[in-house]
Amino acid sequence: MSTLGEKVKKIRSKNAGPFWITVDVFCGDKKVYKDVRNKLKNSKISSLFMISEQDLKRFEIDNLNVIKFSFPRKTIQGDIFDRDMHGAQLAVLLSEMKF
Amino acid sequence: MIPIKVLVPSGVLGLGFDIQALSHGIKNNPDIISIDGGSTDSGPYSLGSGTSKYSRAAIKAEWKTLMIAREKANVPLVIGSCGTCGTNGMVDWMENITIELAEELKQHLKIAKLYCDQGKNYIKKSYKLKKILPLNPALKLNNKLIDEMTNIVALAGAEQIQECINTGADIILAGRTTDTAIISALPLMKGADPGSSWHGAKVAECGALCSTNPTSGVVMVEFDKAGFTVEPMSKNAYCTSETVAAHMLYENADPYILHEPGGFMDVTNSNYYNIDKKKVRVEGAAWNSSKNYRVKLEGAKITGYQTSLLVLLRDANYVKNIKKWTDKLSTFLKKEIDERMNINTSEYSLEFRHIGFNSILGELEKNQESPVEVGVLCLITSKNKISTEIAKLINPFLLHFPLSTNEELPTFAFPFSPVHSDRGCVYEFTLNHILELDDPMDAFQIKILEV
Repeated sequence: MSTLGEKVKKIRSKNAGPFWITVDVFCGDKKVYKDVRNKLKNSKISSLFMISEQDLKRFEIDNLNVIKFSFPRKTIQGDIFDRDMHGAQLAVLLSEMKF
Repeated sequence: MIPIKVLVPSGVLGLGFDIQALSHGIKNNPDIISIDGGSTDSGPYSLGSGTSKYSRAAIKAEWKTLMIAREKANVPLVIGSCGTCGTNGMVDWMENITIELAEELKQHLKIAKLYCDQGKNYIKKSYKLKKILPLNPALKLNNKLIDEMTNIVALAGAEQIQECINTGADIILAGRTTDTAIISALPLMKGADPGSSWHGAKVAECGALCSTNPTSGVVMVEFDKAGFTVEPMSKNAYCTSETVAAHMLYENADPYILHEPGGFMDVTNSNYYNIDKKKVRVEGAAWNSSKNYRVKLEGAKITGYQTSLLVLLRDANYVKNIKKWTDKLSTFLKKEIDERMNINTSEYSLEFRHIGFNSILGELEKNQESPVEVGVLCLITSKNKISTEIAKLINPFLLHFPLSTNEELPTFAFPFSPVHSDRGCVYEFTLNHILELDDPMDAFQIKILEV
């Protein structure tokens, strides 16, 4: 079994303002996009990032073959318990996930 | 006057841009040069302390290049969110740099300053009148919190920038503005399609990030009644329908909707296509005006004073048991701090992060492999400056604390002398709210000067 990162073109994450994190999965082509879109469940994403499924926003952007997830961050950006202000390392969790 | 050409030198002043691309942009006769000067992207420190993230020298050097380019093009030069946080103090800081440069360059200028600071009484009054509304996720707000904030700014939109443009200023130094407003203001004023004015502004707000060569910086956006065309100015940069469309994803929680003062933009029905190898044409974005005019607020307050210590461990037994070691150490230290300093745990926070294990992802980390060495970052945050004294109490135990009682006293590696680093004040964001205004200028002031 390979990882999601090996299957798609690129996965990135970033803060979207001080209160949200957004994760973009660039699938590369239509075939991979359809496969990832069908198999990558919201429940998996919410458990990976330890957030409630209700807080998770999911966007499927057909013309770019991108699946995007956004959720409120658990610690506000720059809070004393924040470990990654730009949230850009969070993408690794999705990248290294078995798929 | 349509089409209107807006030249964007880079995503933010201080990041650098391709000089040749800028001069190519000037040759293409822009109607205005717009650059962003700030963001909340680096955390609450800039707003909390009212200081710039970038060095003054870097800002001055780049601003000089832009002032020379502006004189050549003979068009307005606009900077939004001066000095990272866009407080009045940072607008004045930017004014000071501009005046120095005007003297050096022997330029005679009309300067418009846009002030975006919000007074605490005004914010309290607006809150009481229910003119301040929470966004998701909602943060707690009350008068005590408002009093504790060190800076509060409102994000200006196109309307306030247009007021500045109407003064006939050569240079506009704006306090906190939305990244897009400095770009959309002129096209909107001159009758370009509203949805496309905002969409084009969003695409260009990070400079050449919407192209194949992000570090080249400079892009030109041409706005008309039906849409916009974007083109990178560097020889080695290309815009493709994909790079342009993909930019809507970047740092945006919603890839279709962008809220701005006075309404929101919706790009659900936008079409992107390449005109040639470099240029992309975009049409179809919609603008939805809101009934009430609302601007976003940003605020920060002091969380406390922070001191950090770093110790490095290479001993395999300690590396393997690092969590156990810091748990034990933490319990021991809290007791010592209470007994020796008479400081209760409610007055400070003490945290250990395991660099090499999970210092970035924390409890989300899946990989449990043991590294060869581990760094323990110890963070103490206290309401008053006592964090330094707590760090000094901790110091010897961080160096020598044993895992078990029946072993020789261990000594770990301290990479610094002094071991502790005082990080000074640390701040936190305190507002995720919008402010309703009867008139767009109600919360903003413009000052004009000539040099």
